[in-house]
Amino acid sequence: MNRGLIGTSLAALLVAGCATTGGAPKDEGTRIRVAEDPFPSTYQRYPAAPVLLTNVTVLDGEGGRIDRGQVYLADGKIQAVGQSIAAPAGTTVIDGTGKYVTPGIIDVHSHLGDYPSPGVQAHDDGNEATGPSRPEVWAEHSVWPQDPGFSRALANGGVTALQILPGSANLFGGRSVTLKNVPARTVQGMKFPGAPYGLKMACGENPKRVYGDKGGPATRMGNIAVTRQTWIEAKAYKRKWDAYEAEGGDAPEQDLAMDTLKGVLDGKILVHNHCYRADEMAQMIDLSKEAGYRIGTFHHAVESYKIADLLRREGICSAMWADWYGFKMEAYDAIRENIPFVDRAGACAIVHSDDANGIQRLNQEAAKAMAAGRRAGIPISEEHAWTWLAMNPAKAIGIFDQTGSLKPGKNADVVLWNGNPFSTYTRPERVWIDGALMFDAANPRVRPVSDFELGQPGEGDVK
Amino acid sequence: MLGIMGGLAGAFVGYKASAQTVAVVGGTVALGDGSAPIPNGKVVIRDGRVVAAGAGVAVPAGARTIDATGKWVTPGIVAGFSRLGLVDVDAVAGTNDTSSDGPFSAALDVSTAINANSAPIAVNRAEGVTRAVVAPSAGKSIFAGQGALIDTGADPQAVTRARLFQYVELGEDGADRAGGSRAAAHVLLRNALREAQQVAGGAVPSRDQSGRTAEDPRQDPVVANPNESRSYEARRNQDVLLTRFDAQALVPVLRGRQILLVHAERAADLRQVIALKREFPAMRLVIAGADEGWTVADELARSGIPVIASALSDLPASFESLAATQSNVGRMRAAGVRVAIGTLNDDDPRMAFRARWYAGNLVGLTRVPGAAGLSWGEALRAITSAPAEVLGLSDIGSLAAGKRGDLVIWNGDPLDNMSAAEAVMIDGVEQPLVTRQTRLRDRYRSLERGILPEAYRR
Repeated sequence: MNRGLIGTSLAALLVAGCATTGGAPKDEGTRIRVAEDPFPSTYQRYPAAPVLLTNVTVLDGEGGRIDRGQVYLADGKIQAVGQSIAAPAGTTVIDGTGKYVTPGIIDVHSHLGDYPSPGVQAHDDGNEATGPSRPEVWAEHSVWPQDPGFSRALANGGVTALQILPGSANLFGGRSVTLKNVPARTVQGMKFPGAPYGLKMACGENPKRVYGDKGGPATRMGNIAVTRQTWIEAKAYKRKWDAYEAEGGDAPEQDLAMDTLKGVLDGKILVHNHCYRADEMAQMIDLSKEAGYRIGTFHHAVESYKIADLLRREGICSAMWADWYGFKMEAYDAIRENIPFVDRAGACAIVHSDDANGIQRLNQEAAKAMAAGRRAGIPISEEHAWTWLAMNPAKAIGIFDQTGSLKPGKNADVVLWNGNPFSTYTRPERVWIDGALMFDAANPRVRPVSDFELGQPGEGDVK
Repeated sequence: MLGIMGGLAGAFVGYKASAQTVAVVGGTVALGDGSAPIPNGKVVIRDGRVVAAGAGVAVPAGARTIDATGKWVTPGIVAGFSRLGLVDVDAVAGTNDTSSDGPFSAALDVSTAINANSAPIAVNRAEGVTRAVVAPSAGKSIFAGQGALIDTGADPQAVTRARLFQYVELGEDGADRAGGSRAAAHVLLRNALREAQQVAGGAVPSRDQSGRTAEDPRQDPVVANPNESRSYEARRNQDVLLTRFDAQALVPVLRGRQILLVHAERAADLRQVIALKREFPAMRLVIAGADEGWTVADELARSGIPVIASALSDLPASFESLAATQSNVGRMRAAGVRVAIGTLNDDDPRMAFRARWYAGNLVGLTRVPGAAGLSWGEALRAITSAPAEVLGLSDIGSLAAGKRGDLVIWNGDPLDNMSAAEAVMIDGVEQPLVTRQTRLRDRYRSLERGILPEAYRR
C-alpha cells in the first residue's frame, strides 16, 4: 500500500487547545484530532432580489404538484409555495404562464472538473490509477473550476448542485465533493456548505481491467478480496483511534487513506458504489455488513431492476441511466424500465449522468424512463418522476436538509422551464441558486463564460 | 425470431408478406421531406414501396387498412452516422469490428463485418431506426475504410448498399494517425490519391489552384507546392505507402464514383476540405462532424459540400471544437448548407435511436433567444431524407412515391422523449419490436418467487 503521505500528513493534524506538538499530551482536552474539513467551503451566495413566480406548474421535487401555482424566493430561501402568495412590495413578479417551476436538478454522478473540456491528457484528473485502493485522494483536488461543462449543465440542464466523483478505475477511488453549480475562482468557492463527503467505490470490470496486468486484482474475486482486506485494515485503524480518543496515550500515526475509510465506518462519509450487476451489488451488500458500513447508493446500477426488492429492504439508492446499454458486458442487461421498476418496488431511484453531455438533459432522461414505465403499465406522475432528479439525489448525497425540494426554508435552488420539462422542446429559462439568478436565457449577460472560453471562437455564444 | 413475432402485440401482428398493399390511415403523417405534419393523412405501400402519402390519397380497393388515428406516421429514421452492426459490446474485442490495426486501411469494407443479429440492431429497429449509415473507425491509417448503408430488419440481409463511401480522418484524429500533424495527414491523403491513380493507370483528374494542368515532373522536378496534385511517375515497386488493395480501393474515390466522407471539426480543417474540393473537382466530398461549421457556413454552402453533424455537440471537447454550439446545425442550415444529423460520438455503436431526440432538441432551440434551431419538419428531415440525400441515396428517407416502404407508426410526436414506435415496416415488411431488453423487462416485471427460478420464465 502506498503510505508515502504519512510524513506530510502529520502536519495536517489539527491540534485542539494549546500548542502541544512538542510532546504527546496525555490529558483530556488536548488530544490530537484529525481535521475533518481542511479545505473548507468559502462559498457565499450571490446577491438576489425577491422574486415571485406566478401562474406556473410547480413540481416540488418531493412528489407534490400545484397547477397555476406560485413560488416566492427571498433572502436566498424559498419563502412560500402555494396557489396565492402575498409577496411584499418591490418583489419582482414573473408571469410563468405555460411554464414549469422545479427545484434545480441534482446530479449525484459527475466528473465535471476532474475530466473537464477540453479532454486533453493534461486534464485527465479523474482516476488515480496507480494502485487499486486509493481512498486517500480527494476529487476536489482535481476539479478545475473553469471547466466549460459547468455552464452547459446550468444553462441547458438546470443543474444547481452536483457531486463530483473520482473515477472507477480503483476499488477505492477516493473522496467525492459536492458543489454548487456556480462559477468560482477556486473549488472552495463552489463547495456546497455542509455537504458530507462521499467515498467512491467500484466493483466489477473496471478495477480488474485496469489492474489485471499491474499486479492485480485481475478478477472479481480479486476485487472483493482486496476490498475486504482494506476494510480489515480500516477497522484496525479505527480501533486505534477510538482507543486513543477514549483512553489517551500516544496518538496513532495518521493515514490519509484510512482517515477516509474511518469516516465511512463512523457514518460520516457516504458510500457511492459503482456497480452494474445485480449479483455483484448483492455481494457488496454482504461485504458492507461484514465490514460494518452502509452503502448509500449504487451508481450505474443497470441491473437494479433484478433486485429492486433487496435494494428496498436495505434502503439503498440506485443512480441510473435511462437508456445506456451494451458498452461493456456488465451493461449488457440494461433495460428501459430499470428506473421505473426500482421506483415501483419502493426503492430509491435516481437519474444520474456520469457524462458532460448527459448532464445537460437529465430532465429528458427522466422523461424517457417515465414514459417507458408508463408503457409497462406503471402509472408515474410528473411530480413523482421529479423526485428522481431532486429529492432522491439530494438524500443520496446528504443535502436534502438544505435543497432538493421547493419547501419553505430550503435554499432557493430553482429552475423556471419554458415549458414542460419532460419535453424535448423545453429548456431552462432562468436558474436561481440560493435565490440568485445565475442563468437567464433572455439575457446574454447572465450566462457564465469560463476563463478557458474567453477569446476563443464561439466565446459567450448561445451554447 | 419468427417465434417471437407470434407473441407480439402490435398493428402488424401476423402480417409478413411484402407484396400486399397496405394503407395506413387516420394518423398525423410527416413525410420526412421538411414539410409540416399532415393531420389525418394516409400512406399507401405496395410491393415494399411507397405508392402515395399525404392528405388526398385514395385507399386502393383490397388494401389492408391500418387505423393510426391518434398516432403519428413517419418514414423510418435514417441514422446519419453510426456503427450499428459492427459492435455488440464495445469493450468485448471479439464483438467489436469498428476498426483494424492490421495491414489494410482503405480496402476495409464494413459490409463484410455487419452482424444482422447484433442486439443493437434490434434495439434500434424497435426505436424506429430503419436504415443506418455505418462507418468504420480509423485504426492506424487516416483511412478507415468503406462504409455501408444497412437496414435494421429482422432478416439476415442487412446491407442495403456496400462500399457507399470511404471514410477518412483529417482533423486531430487524422493528424494523430499520420504521425502527429495535420500537414502529414494532408500529404498522406494526396500521396494515397496519387498511388490510386497509378494503379488505375491514368492522369489525376485535377488541377491546382492556379488552374494549371499537371506538368511533366521530369521537366521541372522542383515544385513550389508539394501538395499540388501533379502526377508523379512513381512506380509501384518504389516509394509507395499503400498496399495495392488499399490503392485500388481509392480509385473510385478519386474518380468520384464513391463518396469521400471526411471527418473534420475545426474551421481551419473545414476550409482545407473545401480547398480539397477545388483541387480534386471530381471527388464527391461529404463532411462528418463540423463542430465549428457555423463559423464557415457561407463557405461550406458555396462549396456545395454537405455535412453530417452531431446535433448537440456544445462543449469544447477538444481544441478542434472550441466553437461547438447546439446552434451549429440551425445556423448551417440557415446559411444554405445541406445538413443531416448523425450520432458522431460515443453513441455511435449502439444509440442511433437518440437521433430523434437530438432533432427534437433542435426544435426546442427555436424557443431560446439568440439560438438557431430547426422547424419541426426540418428536424425530422435531418434524420430521414437529409442523411439519405447527403449520401446520394435516392430511394429512402421520405414517404415520397417510389421510395422504399420504411415506415414507423408512433404513439405520439416522434421527436419527443415520451413517444415510442408502435409499429415498424422495412421495405414494406412488418418488423418484430422484441429485443433482449423487452425480454428482460418481461422476465423481471415481477420479482415474486415462483415455483421455478427466473431462468424458467420466458
